[in-house]
Amino acid sequence: MGVDLKSQIDTALIALFVKSTKNVLSTMIGVEAKVRKPDLRNDLQPTHDVSGIVGFTGEMTGSVIISFHEETARSLVKSFTMEDYDLKSDDFADAVGEICNMIAGNAKKDFGIDAGISIPNVVIGRDHYVTRLRDVPCVVIPCVTEYGEFSVEVNIKKVSPVAV
Amino acid sequence: MKILLVDDSKTMRNIWKKVVLGIEGTEAVEAGDGVEGLEAIKEHGPFDLMLVDWNMPNMTGLEMITKVRETDKDTPIIMVTTEAEKPRIIEAIKAGVNNYVIKPFTPDALMEKIDETMKKVNAG
Ligand SMILES: [Mg+2]
Repeated sequence: MGVDLKSQIDTALIALFVKSTKNVLSTMIGVEAKVRKPDLRNDLQPTHDVSGIVGFTGEMTGSVIISFHEETARSLVKSFTMEDYDLKSDDFADAVGEICNMIAGNAKKDFGIDAGISIPNVVIGRDHYVTRLRDVPCVVIPCVTEYGEFSVEVNIKKVSPVAV
Repeated sequence: MKILLVDDSKTMRNIWKKVVLGIEGTEAVEAGDGVEGLEAIKEHGPFDLMLVDWNMPNMTGLEMITKVRETDKDTPIIMVTTEAEKPRIIEAIKAGVNNYVIKPFTPDALMEKIDETMKKVNAG
């Protein structure tokens, strides 16, 4: 179809996620995240193997996926919790989820609208797929840390407030 | 000092626990959502301080705090949350929180807010 999603990328919105990602990683984990040029994603597969997903509600709809290379997730969680959790444990998923919760929440505070966030979901495993909004660009922000790579994948749009 | 820690993330509760257990003579009780938080108050209360997250399944922190304040106007409550918009903070203050910490935070920043809150409460 001829819809030019690239032209619809909201660079100000993407900048909020870059800022919140850097802020959460440096404040809570003591790690610097370097960001590469954001790009559009066309398929449904997140970039890496460990994904935290946070949905948006209220005047924003869609979701943000924070997708970590397995080793990156393992090292970040270890540094965040001071524990070496098994990748398949609830504790590991909890830590990944809370990192994602903070990144999404910290970006949301500057949206300037009344939006809410869902409780984070965490998916672990190769080749998982996540459905998303088709009419909105999915913008992938590649991030690099001393522990390896992860990406922040933003697929959200503003919706008009519903009269109650 | 007996402190109630209410957050759906165990990771977050552990971080809080490390901070509060650094205060001499402190005992911490944990709860994973607002419902568990209210149960913990019945079972282990009264507390000298409560740290409460906002976004949790079953019952949010805001709902829990509103319930607590129906009968208990005094126990200091610090909300620790990603919810950082001004209207939300105002909502929380109206519900009866004494102090507010925005995630992400450093352990020092959390400790400072706890100190500040307890000093204010003890000063009457
Ligand atoms: Mg929470």
